Amino acid sequence: MINNRISPSEISLTKKDFMSDQMVKWCPGCGAHAILKAVENVFPEIGYKKENFMFVSGIGCSSRFPYYLNTYGIHGIHGRAAAIATGVKVSNPGLSVWIATGDGDSMAIGGNHFIHVIRRNLDVNILLFNNRIYGLTKGQYSPTTPIGSITKTSPHGTIEHPFVTAGLVMGAQGTFFARVLDSDIKMMSEVMSEAARHDGTSVVEILQNCIIFADKAHSLVTDRELKEDYQVHLKHGEPMLYGKNREKGIQLKGTKLQGVVVGLNGVEMEDILIHDQYEKNPGIHRMLGKMEPPDLPMALGVIRSAEYETYDDMVEIQVESAKETSEIKCMDDLLNSEETFEIK
Amino acid sequence: MEKQLTIKEKKSLVIKFVGDSGDGMQLAGNLFSDTAAVLGNDLFTFPDYPAEIRAPHNTLAGVSGFQVQIGKEKIFSSGDLCDILVAMNPASLKTNLKWIRPGGMIITDSDAFNEKALEKSGYQSNPLTDGSLDVYKLIKAPVSSLTRESVSHLNVSARAADRCRNMFALGIVTYILNQSKETTFKFLDRKFGSVVTVLEMNKTAMSAGYTFAENIENLEFTYKVPKATLKKGVYRNISGNVATAWGLLAASERSGRPLFLGSYPITPATEILMELTKNKSLGAKVFQAEDEIAGICSALGASFAGSLAVTTTSGPGLSLKSEAIGLAVMTELPLVIVNVQRAGPSTGMPTKSEQSDLLQALYGRNGACPVIVMAASTPANCFYYAYEAAKISMEHMTPLILLTDGYLGNGSELFRIPKVSELPDISPPLARANDKNYKPYKRNPETLARQWALPGTEGLRHRIGGLEKTDIDGTVSTDPQNHQIMVKIREEKVKKVAESIPLQKVEGEKTGDLLVVSWGGTEGSIKTAIREMQRVGKSISHAHFNHIMPLPRNTGKILGSYKKVVVCELNEGQFIKYLRIEHPGIKYLQYNKIQGLPFFTDELIDKFNQLIEEDQS
Repeated sequence: MINNRISPSEISLTKKDFMSDQMVKWCPGCGAHAILKAVENVFPEIGYKKENFMFVSGIGCSSRFPYYLNTYGIHGIHGRAAAIATGVKVSNPGLSVWIATGDGDSMAIGGNHFIHVIRRNLDVNILLFNNRIYGLTKGQYSPTTPIGSITKTSPHGTIEHPFVTAGLVMGAQGTFFARVLDSDIKMMSEVMSEAARHDGTSVVEILQNCIIFADKAHSLVTDRELKEDYQVHLKHGEPMLYGKNREKGIQLKGTKLQGVVVGLNGVEMEDILIHDQYEKNPGIHRMLGKMEPPDLPMALGVIRSAEYETYDDMVEIQVESAKETSEIKCMDDLLNSEETFEIK
Repeated sequence: MEKQLTIKEKKSLVIKFVGDSGDGMQLAGNLFSDTAAVLGNDLFTFPDYPAEIRAPHNTLAGVSGFQVQIGKEKIFSSGDLCDILVAMNPASLKTNLKWIRPGGMIITDSDAFNEKALEKSGYQSNPLTDGSLDVYKLIKAPVSSLTRESVSHLNVSARAADRCRNMFALGIVTYILNQSKETTFKFLDRKFGSVVTVLEMNKTAMSAGYTFAENIENLEFTYKVPKATLKKGVYRNISGNVATAWGLLAASERSGRPLFLGSYPITPATEILMELTKNKSLGAKVFQAEDEIAGICSALGASFAGSLAVTTTSGPGLSLKSEAIGLAVMTELPLVIVNVQRAGPSTGMPTKSEQSDLLQALYGRNGACPVIVMAASTPANCFYYAYEAAKISMEHMTPLILLTDGYLGNGSELFRIPKVSELPDISPPLARANDKNYKPYKRNPETLARQWALPGTEGLRHRIGGLEKTDIDGTVSTDPQNHQIMVKIREEKVKKVAESIPLQKVEGEKTGDLLVVSWGGTEGSIKTAIREMQRVGKSISHAHFNHIMPLPRNTGKILGSYKKVVVCELNEGQFIKYLRIEHPGIKYLQYNKIQGLPFFTDELIDKFNQLIEEDQS
């Protein structure tokens, strides 16, 4: 059993309780505006006292986020949001701690902190704005830029294999991973609520469009014509169906996932995988996270939400138990413990 | 029949235990020191071990040592040359022969001086028999064989028996110093009490060594260091790293701010991290981070959330933390950064001590980025300076670098245990819930400290960060005038700390021929030299600095009151550069040593005499 130590609000809150008076300075048309809206929608509904929310960020377009929301907040340094948030949460587990970060911030300069916060399963929520580009420095490739892309620092095309965020998160033993599109505020809001409810590190990857430097970077998934075939919306307990008439589904064949059509080649409804986001074994979750068009649709929604002890809870348990059992109750006890001798 | 030996009374005595890395020299040294402390001697210890955990057996690289000076008066250092050297193998004798006083006593394991071991350590002939050690009092003890013999009735393997050679050697030393075996046995009971055979073996080996010493034919005398006349009180032996950890814990208790340490293991600072993890019952939360940067960043997050936040490191780690120190300066959050200095640059000499991170502590960050800098100067006063560091950092809402070093961190001395209630108050400027007038960068006009508004508190939600902010309101700003104002405020805030720290003390006359200036871990060795010179009537005074940024208010007046000022440092001259900036117009002389070693009393006295004599001629 994992303890959640965040106090609930006694009064009901609204969006207004979290809106900031600061001018929002993202480019018009940037996907970040929608993310901000979703957070403003979700925070009043989570049910915690408004003073118990805390936003931490690193550097980059995503990381201006804390200034645009009325919570406690630190705008940190590049890549270090996860490390700063670790200190905040361990120091005060009664806070609901959120991290706003980007693909460069968390998977390049901050890669080390990102994988370790996930490994420890600290109870924080990471909103990872993945626009597949460095926006604030004006258009250099990032660790998620597709190989071959022309950017300001890859005039001949990138020669780096990109990270698949889901693979990195689950490789680091992630307990919660979800993927959403910045254009779908409804799904974003639902997924953020689930992330807030999950005890442990929740990573929400938001496929965000940078209208200036990497416009349509996610177009294969978001294109009106293609999206029915290239998106599968996962819901716990439901079959993984997609396509215009939900006639397609995901089937496990041997050791691989395959897209199949129900009713064709003898495929029946019971052959289609039922999504179990709470399954502890990450095997299927990893495969779902790695699905990519055109071979398979991209999985959206909560892919994994497995229950494991959280780092911050275990810290509290150890401290409480030491306080109960140790003979050293105060500093004077410690100073006079073990070998001492008196000069009279 | 028992021999009647002359007992030579000594005011102080230096003993060094050296051997192969696995020979248990640290344990022997610690047991000896704890025994001496309980028997009433003042003491100062220093372990000297290689960076390798277990270098090849019997090689020069694998020599591990433990030096201790005990005395009937206050002891300020672990001593320069030793009176007694216990050398368990040829390699340790070879590397340490230069550290023994002429005519000193050498105790060796003669069994270990076999052909193979001699060859490995580069000896052409056996020093125990070729006459090269004739100027010393040499005790050739067949330690290995007699240890095995002594524990043979316990039916243990030869290998297990060999692990007690250190106790046999300790037994010899115990007899020669007229110490009581029973006192050491009490420590052994505590250490090995749960493993009966091991306890029995150790006690038996030690007794055998003691008996062997009683029967040494050519032993002319034994030593005795009488009880020290220390100030009344309860004492314990404490290392600088443990004292640092405890000072922080005490500050946490007195301030009511829970302790958070974010740290990554690094020699020679790791012991602070290990010590604090033991003290969860006092509410300390310790986070072993994935790297140095996460160590300080987590501490900064914890500081924002209301903890007494600390990160501990050594030189290379401080380099990695620079950017985050800048964030702490910008966000004006309290944060104690402990740097246990070691010899640099780069990896340098991790187990050797140096004072070469001073300029990095003062200036090593981007932008105008002032922090408070302090330095502890003895193992025991690490407690008080860690306490004061936490107090100043929190009360002034400014990050602070506390410098110690490997010599202080690993060295130990007697510590008179204080009562926590007698330590100074600590009053962090916490913001009140629902304070309508709260603004993130509104300041106390006296200290210029902003208020500490803890997340979770009603009515104080605010954002801070690394971007420049407007004064008072704390909104993001690139306004040119505002930036200039904020840079000046941050500088002024650190300078104002001078009003709340004690005045600089001088030991000796207030004016005179020569003022010796030093800082940090060299206090003990320099004080020893100066006291000796003052005793013979020399006009020499000593100002030892613990507060560096800012300097005490009376620093300029002191520096201007002597004919000559010499700044002594274990680096190429960093404090002197800083003094030239802060207090120009004084003709500073300098004396530096950069060998990973402390100053020795004799070399200091020679230098100071030379400076005084030059003046008179």
